[in-house]
Amino acid sequence: MKQIINVENHSIETKTENMKLEFDSYSHNESFARVVVSAFMARLDPTIEELEDVKTAVSEAVTNAIIHGYKNTYGVIQLCATIKENTITIIIKDYGVGIENVKQAMEPLYTGEKESERCGMGFAFMEAFMDEIEVISKVNEGTTIIMKKTIGNRAV
Amino acid sequence: MDYSKVNYQVCEHCLIIQLPKEVDDHNCQGIKVASEHIIKEKKIKEVVFDCSNTVFMDSSGIGILLGRYKRMKELGGAVYIHGESGRIKKIFKMSGVYQIIQSI
Repeated sequence: MKQIINVENHSIETKTENMKLEFDSYSHNESFARVVVSAFMARLDPTIEELEDVKTAVSEAVTNAIIHGYKNTYGVIQLCATIKENTITIIIKDYGVGIENVKQAMEPLYTGEKESERCGMGFAFMEAFMDEIEVISKVNEGTTIIMKKTIGNRAV
Repeated sequence: MDYSKVNYQVCEHCLIIQLPKEVDDHNCQGIKVASEHIIKEKKIKEVVFDCSNTVFMDSSGIGILLGRYKRMKELGGAVYIHGESGRIKKIFKMSGVYQIIQSI
């Protein structure tokens, strides 16, 4: 896909690059998803810090899909990523149980799995490490997490 | 190299858990089961999480640390962390781990 932006008679082409991957909700695929995303975003020449931030956010989102979305069952997780200019958008989608109350689920320390050892920091980590996060969920249909990060925002 | 290899070392009543290179939900499941077993069998009083090989950790790792902290508190013992790198330090700071677990 190509998008043409006209700036005072000069046309600058900004390419949008996409990738799409589907994998089973096995926990060993958490590291697989991290590796795929880090390889895909390598072309943006991120710092190690930026790379680790995105990897952590992906890990949290995929873990959520496995632990909460599919609980004791197995299903498919879809991972899509788009690079436009220097922004990466990552979409992680499951077709699991969904979240009844997204706002509550996103509160720090809230956990849907009280008996297991979850610290309830998943969404807090995603919010902290990415620039933008959006959660769309419908009970019994699944959850989609959309996260964005601009690489090269070096201003401190 | 095995990214998920965990080493358990018992020295008197102290258990040292050498965490793997990457700590995520996948390898936390094993750490939880194995450490619980050793704590019970060897009457462990202190647990040390050695993070010197660890370069990646997500919130599942924090869950394991806090889980052991609660367990050791019940048993009147203690939990420590050791050897964490910059990235792991950041994760610990963000999640408030240092407020309850001491780094040695």
